[in-house]
Amino acid sequence: MNELQLKVLELLKEDARRDADLIAAMLNEPVESVKQAIAYMEEEHIIVKYATVVNWSKVDDEKVTALIEVQITPERGRGFEGIAERIYLYPEVKSVYLMSGAYDLLVEIEGKNLKEVASFVSNKLSPIDKVLSTKTNFILKKYKQDGIIFEEHEGDHRLMISP
Amino acid sequence: MIKDEVTSNHRQSMAEYLSPLARSIKPSGIRRFFDLVSTRKDVITLGVGEPDFVTPWHVRDAAVYALEKGKTQYTSNAGMPELREAIGQYLNDSFAVSYNPANEVLVTVGGSEAIDLALRALISPGDEILIPEPCYISYSPITTLSGGKAVGIETFAKDNFKLKAESLRAAITPKSKVLILCYPSNPTGGIMTYEDWLPIAKVVEENDLIVISDEIYAELTYGAKHVSFAAIPGMKDRTLLVSGFSKAFAMTGWRMGYACGHQDLIGAMLKIHQYTVMCAPIMAQYAALEALTPHGLEEKDRMMESYNQRRRLVVKGFREIGLECHEPEGAFYAFPSIVSTGLTSEQFAQRLLEEGNVAAVPGDVFGLGGEGHLRCSYATSVAQLTEALDRIGQFVRKLNQG
Repeated sequence: MNELQLKVLELLKEDARRDADLIAAMLNEPVESVKQAIAYMEEEHIIVKYATVVNWSKVDDEKVTALIEVQITPERGRGFEGIAERIYLYPEVKSVYLMSGAYDLLVEIEGKNLKEVASFVSNKLSPIDKVLSTKTNFILKKYKQDGIIFEEHEGDHRLMISP
Repeated sequence: MIKDEVTSNHRQSMAEYLSPLARSIKPSGIRRFFDLVSTRKDVITLGVGEPDFVTPWHVRDAAVYALEKGKTQYTSNAGMPELREAIGQYLNDSFAVSYNPANEVLVTVGGSEAIDLALRALISPGDEILIPEPCYISYSPITTLSGGKAVGIETFAKDNFKLKAESLRAAITPKSKVLILCYPSNPTGGIMTYEDWLPIAKVVEENDLIVISDEIYAELTYGAKHVSFAAIPGMKDRTLLVSGFSKAFAMTGWRMGYACGHQDLIGAMLKIHQYTVMCAPIMAQYAALEALTPHGLEEKDRMMESYNQRRRLVVKGFREIGLECHEPEGAFYAFPSIVSTGLTSEQFAQRLLEEGNVAAVPGDVFGLGGEGHLRCSYATSVAQLTEALDRIGQFVRKLNQG
């Protein structure tokens, strides 16, 4: 990673819809260099995807999300990788992190309703060989995600014109 | 609506009670434009002279904590010793100027108070105060209020609005006493480098001038690092450095400024300060102290980087529209020329507001050399800037066709 790539990345992280022309202007770099930097990072999967941050609580549905603490027995030779893969391949699983501390994997699961999540945990997750225990925490409200605050909390209170 | 507050008041007779001095001060041209803008909706404003960042949370938190701990008293008149200490250290680290916090640093209610105190402490009736323009709108009225005579010195776009020694020399008379400098400049974004300062310092020395250097935008430079006039050899003792937390630390509403200079001048200013405001608010002083911690300085750097990105965007935008725009190397303003449109600044700004729904400040309100320009603050979101540039582009194309 060079400095230009890093700067491009930061600007895209703020707003993924910024195009190469705008980014080039903001960084005072040739458009071509910015395009190359983006292409390189896409190819290398540094930029994995351009996704939208959604405040689902404003969408009228029953969707629920849970964070599940999972304790597992690592496998000889593969550690946690094999089991993590078995878990993350389920489409219900939105994210999986290997953690330090009292448990091993933190698994984010999204379901249409509470029952669906509960059933996923008891029918899919817990029966996996090597999974020792699970602890399900339902998310009640998201305030901030990836550095983005969900509720508009601080508007622009400046005077329209000031010296 | 534009109202002359003196004559529109129903107690019309009040005017005769006002001092001739107070009556002689004209309301700022910005005020008139503000009234115009306030009547409109869906306006994108490039007219704001303050950061679009809210004060970083940990700084606000420090003030909240100070309140919780019952910090609600007066502080020492000059400001809390630990804050003066921190300011001294910060100026030394950032701009290589050293001041003794005990008697050379004064914490004020914004940089504005510091300038007022300095002029009151320095001016004898009839003294001439030299003010390079276009500049911040307060210097000249404060000078008048202190009994001095403001003498504008025009600076030019072709020089990137730098002050030139010839222009300074030409404005000097036996009555000249103080030179007020404001670089990086509001409204032009112009800066002065070490080499630019040297001939100015020579003229200052030769004519025994005192310099009030308003360096409120010192941290906001995008090419060359800011050089304080006080850091020029021989200038420290004849320079009062004025700065504060408003711009670089996004703390305009806290009204935290400071002045640093010779102990005799600071001492005289302190006397006036203690009789007029006592001290700067204590909770704001605690916030300022937090702003100067490594964490606060990191936030400041992050904001600077963001201004720089937007600066490039805006300058490129104006040039593509066909408006000449000198490279603003400091502050957060671009000052494009609108001369090519054939309109005056006031006409352009007013029509841009009415026909393009973009507000910006006409350059003529900033004094000599401002006519023909528009002050555009780029301290606003990239999305708003992009939209504003689109609208200005359409407006200018329409003008060119018409």
